[in-house]
Amino acid sequence: MHELSLIANLFEIMEEKAAEKNAKKITHVVLQVGKLSGVVPDLLITAFDIYKKDTMASEGELTIKEVPLKILCRDCKTEVVKDDFVFICTKCGSTNLKTLSGTELYLEKMELEID
Amino acid sequence: MGKDEKMKTKEVMVLEDLLGSNKKIAAEIRQKLTDTGILTINLLSSPGAGKTTLLESLSEILAPEYKMAVIEGDIETERDADRIRAKGIPAWQIITGGACHLEAKMIGKLLPEIPADLDFLFIENVGNLVCPASFDLGENIRCVLLSTPEGDDKPKKYPKAFTTSDCLVISKTDLVSVLPFNIERAKKEALEINPALITFTTSAQTGAGIKELAEYFSESLQKIRRTNA
Repeated sequence: MHELSLIANLFEIMEEKAAEKNAKKITHVVLQVGKLSGVVPDLLITAFDIYKKDTMASEGELTIKEVPLKILCRDCKTEVVKDDFVFICTKCGSTNLKTLSGTELYLEKMELEID
Repeated sequence: MGKDEKMKTKEVMVLEDLLGSNKKIAAEIRQKLTDTGILTINLLSSPGAGKTTLLESLSEILAPEYKMAVIEGDIETERDADRIRAKGIPAWQIITGGACHLEAKMIGKLLPEIPADLDFLFIENVGNLVCPASFDLGENIRCVLLSTPEGDDKPKKYPKAFTTSDCLVISKTDLVSVLPFNIERAKKEALEINPALITFTTSAQTGAGIKELAEYFSESLQKIRRTNA
């Protein structure tokens, strides 16, 4: 359950950005979570709801955008979305691959209430 | 009511990494230790896969020739650090008090105590095959252990630990004759999710494979020192 520690980091970033904009409240938060980020989206939501009490986001909602694991084969230049974690090109069998997306753990955007 | 009407809502794009601060601290640690000529190894596994025992065995091969030290991460007790100290190896115990993984800032706090004349710094992470995989500690080599009693199906069940590692150690191979564990199948599964993994099979009981692993660490140490020179 490292999700709680990630949510603590999220609140640090959120509060810093919200203060820069002189916001009063954080009403909505969108995270990008890659398939290979090593976190469980449902647990992030649970951790968010525990953590938000007595913060600027006490009434805020969290939306999670799941990002697929996408790889590029450097040999045959095919782009593949992987449902498993097998790092072998499905077209030519090469293991010379580059991960294009799927490891993200980003705060994408927030909705703020400003005076 | 009147006050609420004046409130404006505004959408702000941020696009910031939740692990950004950990990655930054880890990069600073890696830079500092590598510049000092110390090779840092982060050991990951489930509880009981044999990380401390592996370190005890490695110390017998490495300690006569090299200076090594160990940072131990556990939820409670100094037991693991005491086992390492009993071998004459300096050890620091980080007691996380419930946290399921080590973070770079915990290692950063210990950095001033790490002697500059070390060759190897081993970090034994909290026993957990899930959470530690997300946190870079500033290591040069991430090494995941998979012990034979755990079963050969673990790499695909816990992909993050295996995709982020540089080397895989299949431990407790002396038990393989009494277990339904297929070493080749475990290696194949691990290599499918991370073709760059360097694999070792070890038994701390018979000593098999420990020398090869120690050689891999020694060669990796020479590599970072050549790059520094």
